[in-house]
Amino acid sequence: MRLNHTAAILLRQYYLMRGSVARLLPLFAWVAVDILLWGFITRYLNAVSAASFNFVPILLGAVLLWDFFTRVMQGVTTSFLEDVWSRSFLNLFATPLTITEYVGGLVLTSIATSLIGLVVMLVMATSIFGLSYFNFGLVLIPFLLVLFLFGIALGIAGAALVLRLGPASEWFIWPIPAMISPFVGVFYPLSTLPQWMHYIAFLLPPSYVFEGMRAIILGQSFSSSQLLWGVGLAVLYIVLAGWFFIRVYRYAVRTGLLARYSAESAS
Amino acid sequence: MPGNVLSVSRLAKRFGDKVAVDNVSFDIRHNEIVGLLGPNGAGKTTTINMILGVLEPSAGTVRIADLDVASQRARALAYTNFTASYAPLPGNLTVEQNLRFFGLIYDVRNLSTTVTSLIKQFDLQPFRHVKVGVLSSGEQARVSLAKAMLNRPRLLLLDEPTASLDPNVASDIRNMICSFAKQEAVGVLWTSHNMYEVEKVCDRVLFLSHGKILLRGDPKSLPREHGEQTLEDLFITLAREPLSQLAESSYAP
Repeated sequence: MRLNHTAAILLRQYYLMRGSVARLLPLFAWVAVDILLWGFITRYLNAVSAASFNFVPILLGAVLLWDFFTRVMQGVTTSFLEDVWSRSFLNLFATPLTITEYVGGLVLTSIATSLIGLVVMLVMATSIFGLSYFNFGLVLIPFLLVLFLFGIALGIAGAALVLRLGPASEWFIWPIPAMISPFVGVFYPLSTLPQWMHYIAFLLPPSYVFEGMRAIILGQSFSSSQLLWGVGLAVLYIVLAGWFFIRVYRYAVRTGLLARYSAESAS
Repeated sequence: MPGNVLSVSRLAKRFGDKVAVDNVSFDIRHNEIVGLLGPNGAGKTTTINMILGVLEPSAGTVRIADLDVASQRARALAYTNFTASYAPLPGNLTVEQNLRFFGLIYDVRNLSTTVTSLIKQFDLQPFRHVKVGVLSSGEQARVSLAKAMLNRPRLLLLDEPTASLDPNVASDIRNMICSFAKQEAVGVLWTSHNMYEVEKVCDRVLFLSHGKILLRGDPKSLPREHGEQTLEDLFITLAREPLSQLAESSYAP
């Protein structure tokens, strides 16, 4: 694996973002709006409810973590879609670039873009609404790690889906975070869910993060083995997503799908 | 530089029941320009895609600079580059950004110097910071050629490089390619529907029809050898013959 090949994919995204407000703004604008919206909701809930806990870390912390997860996933898929939209596959894959280097470049781009969003969210949540990282302690790092790994896994799987089903299938991947959010208990404990949803939640790494986050804030016991299980699941999904992408890529090379992505209008 | 830069052996591609490329074999030497001719759907682009490793052959092998594309894809493609009218460079990057991006992927040494030199060589200075997508067809063709020469390839694949260009620009592009091919002792595989162009630039041609190579030889003498006045007449005759007749005709190799 050559690092300069992976760096080239990152450089391309940098070039695209540097010259485009439409690409730069979404890196922080929507997460900023989310933090503002949920920050004021938590303030209002704190004012009108008789709850014995502070809504800020519970709700705003959950929004921050969830937005970080969606940004990580979209960091991968959006970079991939840039190549779909500009019909670059033939030019890209008829080079010494390997599929591992390409996916590595997408992940690197996602790290860069999601970090920008995370920093904006942390600064806003702390400075405007008084969210304190001390509420979470050092466990915030593995929380972010699990969400990061799972976001990358879903991003790679989503990219593979678009490669397999064609450019129009991008609409399948945008709603993925919204579709899994009810199962992972972003805003409520998993005990709220019916049993059949529990089974699905058990298989989704973010469930362990949000359960753990609430347990820590409410001063309840939280088993580190649960978090380890979440990390293990996220790593497993990364491996499966990588395997899926390579399978789809090989299928695309075998059937001519990859060449047709660019040459569909060629005689 | 002895030996072949490209060796294609018994190459075949089937899509279900349809045979797109059927048992095609040919070589290209260093410093040789070979024309791959044939009507639409003859299998030219399919053959080029298999050489470039973006389409897996059903059978046969492709070797570039003695490296097997199937098992040593990245190393083989490091010696190769291509340009095709249907594969435009990312239009949302500028000329310089495109060359830097692909230069990194092709591990080009002294990238900044190389990019500047190619921009000058292909007369792209006024467009250095212009997005490729807004350039004219001729300007885009020059950028694609500059990209194709970034890594000083040993094998250059050109799929209709002058398609949709006016005669003046097409002539410039042809001259640029020929001058580069001579200077760098590159092997070139060139597809075109312009028989004048083929006769002018190609040392050898391969006629492909229904996925098979029907004829091969010198484009200047081939028409007379088969009772035709020009290469274009020969092309039309071959393109109009149904597959069943081709198998029995004098064109069959």
